[in-house]
Amino acid sequence: MSIMDYNGGSVIAMVGKDCVAIASDLRLGNEALGISSNFQRVFPITDRIYLGLPGLATDVTTLRERFRFRVNMYTIKEEREIEPETFAHLVSSTLYEHRFGPYFIEPVMAGMSKAPSGGCKPFIAATDLIGCLNFAKDFVVAGTASTKLYGVAEGLWEPGLEPEDLFETISQTLMNAVDRDAFSGWGCVVHVMWALIAT
Amino acid sequence: METSFALTGKGYLIMAADTTSARSIVKMKVDEDKIKTLSPHLLMAYSGEPGDTIQFAEYVERNIRLYQIRNLYALRPAAAASWIRRAVAESLRSRKPYSVNLLLGGYDTATDDPHLYWVDYLGTMAEVPFAAHGYGSYFALSLLDRYHDPDATLEEGLATLKRCIDEVSKRLVVSPGAYKIKVVDKDGVREVEL
Repeated sequence: MSIMDYNGGSVIAMVGKDCVAIASDLRLGNEALGISSNFQRVFPITDRIYLGLPGLATDVTTLRERFRFRVNMYTIKEEREIEPETFAHLVSSTLYEHRFGPYFIEPVMAGMSKAPSGGCKPFIAATDLIGCLNFAKDFVVAGTASTKLYGVAEGLWEPGLEPEDLFETISQTLMNAVDRDAFSGWGCVVHVMWALIAT
Repeated sequence: METSFALTGKGYLIMAADTTSARSIVKMKVDEDKIKTLSPHLLMAYSGEPGDTIQFAEYVERNIRLYQIRNLYALRPAAAASWIRRAVAESLRSRKPYSVNLLLGGYDTATDDPHLYWVDYLGTMAEVPFAAHGYGSYFALSLLDRYHDPDATLEEGLATLKRCIDEVSKRLVVSPGAYKIKVVDKDGVREVEL
């Protein structure tokens, strides 16, 4: 068994019409033994960015602390909040710093970036454990149930979903995928963000 | 084999750890206390590689004490747990990591509620209502899923702990003989007998 599957857990992010959603399960295990059913692995980074960290649980906590520090430093130095695209590259370079002794995490992020018109544009991205970025237009998945998530998301997702429909789509995708994965499940959490001023 | 349990209840936390100190198939000692009192309202049960456990537990104990001397107040359970987890996590990616599993239980005197943290040698930390380490966890966790009640009185909590200990004695081939049981509540830490 891979070290990536040691604690279990999965995360998915999806794009909708002027909205994004990110969802994860809440299981923390030791291989097949369940330890906690309330292990959060999705964290708010700014008011408009969420970061999901599926993978080895010790690195979930370590990376959350690390990103909090780095984002705080960015905010102080730049005197503004970090943009989702910039944050994605921060995640990527942080992971690549440990290219030959990596953190065993495959981050998934969702955010609303500022459009030139003044409105908001949905943004999602994922990276592998050494920081190779994947900017998808539809959905991104990671974790022990990733193969199942791809299948269900491929079937359920459609372009231009409104926030309510996106919530339903991501929730059903996650719940049905984790039900076929022994290492994920034990409760879910969903975050939906939408623009008050559409582009 | 080494086993430790902990559970929270209404205004208290119970922690139990076996008292055997074994080397290979031989029991070397049968009255070893594997629960350290880190501060007036904080307990830590440790298990794992002999040597690493005591070295790490004493390092943590002294540093928590140092904080208390410097600042005139003790760290709250969540803060102490974060610091200890970080010590384990940093050790994991060092040349010689500590191989220590911990249960951290405390009573937060500011919010008047008990907190329990499950920490393993990788630096994985989870706040849980009840927890166990070692082979005993395979029996105890399912029992605690069924019988744990966050609003139970101390007597009920100790009865639930007794169920766990009895089940491990009954079903586990290499079951430990004796346990040391400690309780932490608003009045601090004390040892209890079942």
